[in-house]
Amino acid sequence: MAKGSIVAACLAPHPPHLVYADNPPQNEPNSEGGWEQLRWGYERLRESIKDIDYDVIVIMSPHWQTYIGTHFLGVEKFQSKSVDPIFPNLFRYNYDINVDVELAKSIHDQAKSDGLAVKMMENPDFRVDYGTIVSCHMIRPEWDKPIVALSSNRGMNYYSVEVMQEMMIELGKSTAKAIEESGKKCLLVASNSLSHRHFVSETNPPEDMSKEHITSHAMHLWDMRMIELMRQGKSQQIINEMPEFCEQAIAETDGGALTWLLSTIGIPEEPAKLHGYGTIIGTGNAIMEWPVREWEAQV
Amino acid sequence: MSGEIVKSLIVPAHPHPVLCPEKNEGWQKVRDAYDEAKRQIEESDADLIIIYSTLWPSIIGHQIQADPNPEWVLVDADFHDLGSIHYSLKIDEEFAHAWSKSNLSRGLESRTVAYEGFPIDVGSVVALKLLNPDNRIPAVICSTNVYSNRAETTVLAKSCLDVIKAQGKKAVAVSVMSLSNRMFTEPIEPHEDRIHSPKDDEWNRKILEFLEKGRLEDVGQLSRTIHDQIRVKKVVAFKPMWWLSAMNNNRNDLTGTVLAYEAIHGAGAAVVVLDPESNGTGDKEYDEDDVDFYGGDRDVLDSESSNDDTPQMDTGPALYDPVEGETTVNTSKAPKPVGAYPHARREGDLIYLSGVGPRQPGDNSIPGGPIKDASGKPLDYDIKAQTKAVVDNIARILEEAGSSIENVIDVTSFLVDMDRDFQGYNEVWAETLGKVGPTRTTLAIRALPTPIAVEMKVIAKA
Repeated sequence: MAKGSIVAACLAPHPPHLVYADNPPQNEPNSEGGWEQLRWGYERLRESIKDIDYDVIVIMSPHWQTYIGTHFLGVEKFQSKSVDPIFPNLFRYNYDINVDVELAKSIHDQAKSDGLAVKMMENPDFRVDYGTIVSCHMIRPEWDKPIVALSSNRGMNYYSVEVMQEMMIELGKSTAKAIEESGKKCLLVASNSLSHRHFVSETNPPEDMSKEHITSHAMHLWDMRMIELMRQGKSQQIINEMPEFCEQAIAETDGGALTWLLSTIGIPEEPAKLHGYGTIIGTGNAIMEWPVREWEAQV
Repeated sequence: MSGEIVKSLIVPAHPHPVLCPEKNEGWQKVRDAYDEAKRQIEESDADLIIIYSTLWPSIIGHQIQADPNPEWVLVDADFHDLGSIHYSLKIDEEFAHAWSKSNLSRGLESRTVAYEGFPIDVGSVVALKLLNPDNRIPAVICSTNVYSNRAETTVLAKSCLDVIKAQGKKAVAVSVMSLSNRMFTEPIEPHEDRIHSPKDDEWNRKILEFLEKGRLEDVGQLSRTIHDQIRVKKVVAFKPMWWLSAMNNNRNDLTGTVLAYEAIHGAGAAVVVLDPESNGTGDKEYDEDDVDFYGGDRDVLDSESSNDDTPQMDTGPALYDPVEGETTVNTSKAPKPVGAYPHARREGDLIYLSGVGPRQPGDNSIPGGPIKDASGKPLDYDIKAQTKAVVDNIARILEEAGSSIENVIDVTSFLVDMDRDFQGYNEVWAETLGKVGPTRTTLAIRALPTPIAVEMKVIAKA
């Protein structure tokens, strides 16, 4: 069996506003558009990976928050409705998701043998979190690839960003090992924003772009700094600066997904591509791609 | 109508007491305590259960559930292996809408939600499943705003009390929360469960000691310290005691009973009942500012334009401390006078109020907005919000005098724009003083001393 591989890794933010603005048939509310810079960014990402052959999307979302280790979806099919508890006016999405339970179990088992706290989620009534759904929808609206979904273990809340990163770096190594042994080609996704200070009121209509901007200049500076580090391939520096970034930009990377992603692809020195940046209700969002398949081709 | 809080509860949020109490002696004790609390609610004349859940975070202000019958199957994010909880709840839709509206009138951002499939949080489902299993009493559920501070949380409770009073409800106020919230970060066997650390346990017992003595406001004022000491910094900080204390008028002399205190996966799980009867003791040890209206920054979206376009508000004439005298009635809960006069005088069996406008005590803000800016440029304003604020101010002055809004017998109202405002003013009148039934005269006048649209002159029985 050929070794499994990661074809690309993506930073793919999940504000429900993007699905709302896209007006797909699965989502109940209708909009007049909005957040085009980010939606066109996702379009560029989809274009960039459309000819790549891959088997499964492996995603971590900060909206499945677990405090007892990292959990993995462990049921082959989920079909239900996801309503965002914070923006229910924007996101009421009927989903039909296939899960690659075999690969999920392999990563789970590898992480367990590497000493991490992990658990399979095998309750068929479980509702998949909206972060996972939004990012997957924006990357692959056809929903024709199975997913492996990891919860966000809130190590940051219990300890610190530093401890969270140590855990995520280990989980990334376990993930990489399990993927390699699986023989599968995977698209890796970290589902999160960058700076994460929201506005606390909403425009009418919500897609009124005349009111959309970053909450503060400091948030903008942090977002640009992190994007530039990604563009320059300075992954280790991103990890080094993560504690300050999380604290000062209230960054959603505190959930661990970006650190896990960087660790899974070996904390690369190769540059990431920026497909789009934009703000959503004041938060900073970047769509980035690490084209791992191209690095291997160069070797 | 005179609504009131008939009972307050603090209950834990984890699903164990619903799904598997038999697996651990402590979980069973929590379940038994829940059952006892349910029994006490059934014996009371409660007709509404109000849930403030720390497990439903919100960003756009506070959200209030208004679906009359939310139904779904809940699975906990962590404890999914314990099973599923099917729920079908009965929500007091009318109260939900009125509370949200009341929030807006007190300066808060607020909205109701009513969507099929909305994910009711585990804390609310557990609490209502155990306290109200047959939906005998309608409920209302409110989120916890991620960014809200003490002032916002306190005002949230006060606007809820406004509606309880207006609708004459007998309400049970429930904070769904852990005390210490540090769980074990690895799976444990049920028999291994205990409070995560001696420090957490010590703080939990101190909190419960306070609550057993009815010192709810003191616990509220310790909330920040408690948050620092024994709370994992999850999405929502330790703020439910602010809400619950304000729901009880910031009292320290309630009658408290701790029905259970146990560990659930390391977190502090307590069932506490607080009855409004005074235990005859207790006073505040220290006192943070009370707050009636939220005046914080809620216009972040408009911040860029505020430098250029925001009109300079007409701040009106200088304010005076109310004149004191033998029969005068004055209160800090009413706006300061704009001249040398008292808020009211008691003469014999009657109370005569000075003209009352909608300005707010403390920050002098005008609900519904001022009618003009400093340059005299007319501004759009909400006459209903102004009228409601006038009635609320009248009620506060009368309460200070030992009377109430129910005792108003004669009112003279002044409107600066009869054509524009009479209908809105009249609608609010019908919902408030109209139900009391005083005689009324409404006059159109050219102006009032401050940039307000309505003022009332009141005579009431003492």
